[in-house]
Amino acid sequence: MARMEYIDAIRLAMKEEMERDEDVFVLGEDVGVKGGVFTTTKGLQEQFGEERVLDTPLSESAIAGAAIGAAMYGMKPIAEMQYSDFMFPATNQIISEAAKIRYRSNNDWSCPLVIRAPIGGGIFGGLYHSQCPESVFFGTPGLKIVAPYTAYDAKGLLKAAVRDPDPVLFFENKKCYKLVTGEVPETDYIVPIGKANVLREGDDITVISYSLPLHFALEAAEELAQEGITAHILDLRTLQPLDKEGILEAARRTGKVLIIHEDNKFGGIGGEVSAILAEEMLYELDAPIMRLCGPDVPAMPINPPSEKFFMLNKDKVKEAMRQLAQY
Amino acid sequence: MTPTGSTQQASRHAELGLSDDQAIDMYATMLTARKFDERNLLLQRAGKINFHVSGIGQEPAQVAAAFALDREQDYFLPYYRDYGFVLGVGMTVRELMLSVFAKAEDPNSGGRQMPGHFGHKKLRIVTGSSPVTTQVPHAVGIALAAKMKRKKFVSFVTFGEGSSNQGDFHEGCNFAGVHKLPVIIMCENNRYAISTPLHKSVSGNIYERAIGYGFPGIRVDGNDPLEVYRVVKEARERAVAGEGPTLIEAMMYRLSPHSTSDNDLAYRTKEEVDEYRAKDGVQHYKQYLIDCGIWNEEKDAELLQKIRAVIDDATEYGDRAPFPQPESVLRHVYAEDDREGGR
Repeated sequence: MARMEYIDAIRLAMKEEMERDEDVFVLGEDVGVKGGVFTTTKGLQEQFGEERVLDTPLSESAIAGAAIGAAMYGMKPIAEMQYSDFMFPATNQIISEAAKIRYRSNNDWSCPLVIRAPIGGGIFGGLYHSQCPESVFFGTPGLKIVAPYTAYDAKGLLKAAVRDPDPVLFFENKKCYKLVTGEVPETDYIVPIGKANVLREGDDITVISYSLPLHFALEAAEELAQEGITAHILDLRTLQPLDKEGILEAARRTGKVLIIHEDNKFGGIGGEVSAILAEEMLYELDAPIMRLCGPDVPAMPINPPSEKFFMLNKDKVKEAMRQLAQY
Repeated sequence: MTPTGSTQQASRHAELGLSDDQAIDMYATMLTARKFDERNLLLQRAGKINFHVSGIGQEPAQVAAAFALDREQDYFLPYYRDYGFVLGVGMTVRELMLSVFAKAEDPNSGGRQMPGHFGHKKLRIVTGSSPVTTQVPHAVGIALAAKMKRKKFVSFVTFGEGSSNQGDFHEGCNFAGVHKLPVIIMCENNRYAISTPLHKSVSGNIYERAIGYGFPGIRVDGNDPLEVYRVVKEARERAVAGEGPTLIEAMMYRLSPHSTSDNDLAYRTKEEVDEYRAKDGVQHYKQYLIDCGIWNEEKDAELLQKIRAVIDDATEYGDRAPFPQPESVLRHVYAEDDREGGR
């Protein structure tokens, strides 16, 4: 077991899957010689050659569309969107095509495709290098959506996504690339799609989140423990399909639920998690469901005070957790 | 077809490597597509089916392209008017009628999609949707797979001139050109995007757009199936030789309204339609076969009778076939077990 950064875990997953199956290949803008703008695919072209680590034209709809075609043939493409902010030109290919290929052909054709896209802010990326577009794709049946937080899950979920028979959107958090490190086996394993994971056990409040905000929640929980407040923290890991049982079990543990995500609040994934709780266990709750999310503005500005205002952090999360505990 | 002297005509299909039987088979296929199309218009008017989108006037180019491809290996991404094409690559009239009646046994979609949304994996007809031209990047991706796997197949994709304005056409062409992929991109220019005429829809010439993408662009008379056959066959030879894509613009005319929901005389004149009806490639090709001495009116009557029987049978079969179970709506959103594509 090696300690490695989140970004290394993603790279290792691709490397292992490409070694395992010659039909797995990576395509995207600058993924080859440069190894990606974040170095996510660094070294892969040297090992696997230009064809299997393919630099494409700057053309997101064609990246997604060509990957869909290759997947329908039987290849296992991993298409990279340089920033998730730039995947909207490919939205028609993802929602009208990839998501519906199995369904519309009555199971005759399938589309085993992975689309990787970095999400999230806090890197002075401004409006168009910081967005969390999960809610645009969430609610499209036919797609699976994963968003790992730990390095272990980043590797295991990406490997599961590559092997999955259906299209999977893999939202990796660019702030996590270097911030998050962890123990990652250098052997083959997968993390199953559709299963949430308890990151910390506690009895006073339940925090349900995914991706970067879990970092703040874990830090806050550590400090709140000193004050005698213990938090139960659930990492959704997969956003679609949501792990309903895992969500209910985590909520029942404390009866008080705080949902956190960086994507804006209105129409976000937190709304659907809340609805599950309201439908299934309203009378078991000891406090109204709380949500802490990005503000409902188009995207985050680049100037530091504004970015700081937009972003979640340990203090904001801790304050929300304390409020809920004291309810 | 350009009418020319009979002795010269007699050799055209032979020169292209087509036997007399193949030349006749092409005619039979385009006539089947025409009669199938006409039957659907009647079925819709009679209230037996809800909707039909027609390809009348486009069959000669569609069938010729199908015959020029390798029907054992190549991948096909037709658009919604391509009845002649899919019949040409092996779909049966029964299968088409099952789609028309939206029945469970329909191989295209199990009665889920509108007619004209083809898909048939055994025949390598790739499932398509309604947002136009999304299939061009798919064809490019399949051609990419051919190149990566060192396979000698090509992908062939069609679309109308209206949808040649979509970004996916341009993005797909550029991608295919950069990576020199074995894909044949054929625009069926029928001069109308529903009601919008060519001159309000397309700036410049579609085939010349290929210049910008660095591969050959060829305009061909879509009413001349032998010329379309030649052009597609050459494009295929270039593709399998590793010489990259070809853009073909086949010029034709949509003789029927856009669909059964469209009144075309609101935006074009009967005189215009009649002018093009006189150029109908099916009739000219029939005359060509007669001039070659391998066809006659007697044989034609027999063929029409045979086609009618096939369409009657298919209509009956499609009409009687069961609809999907209502609960089947819930199936095949994702793979239901490991055999369905994962590994």
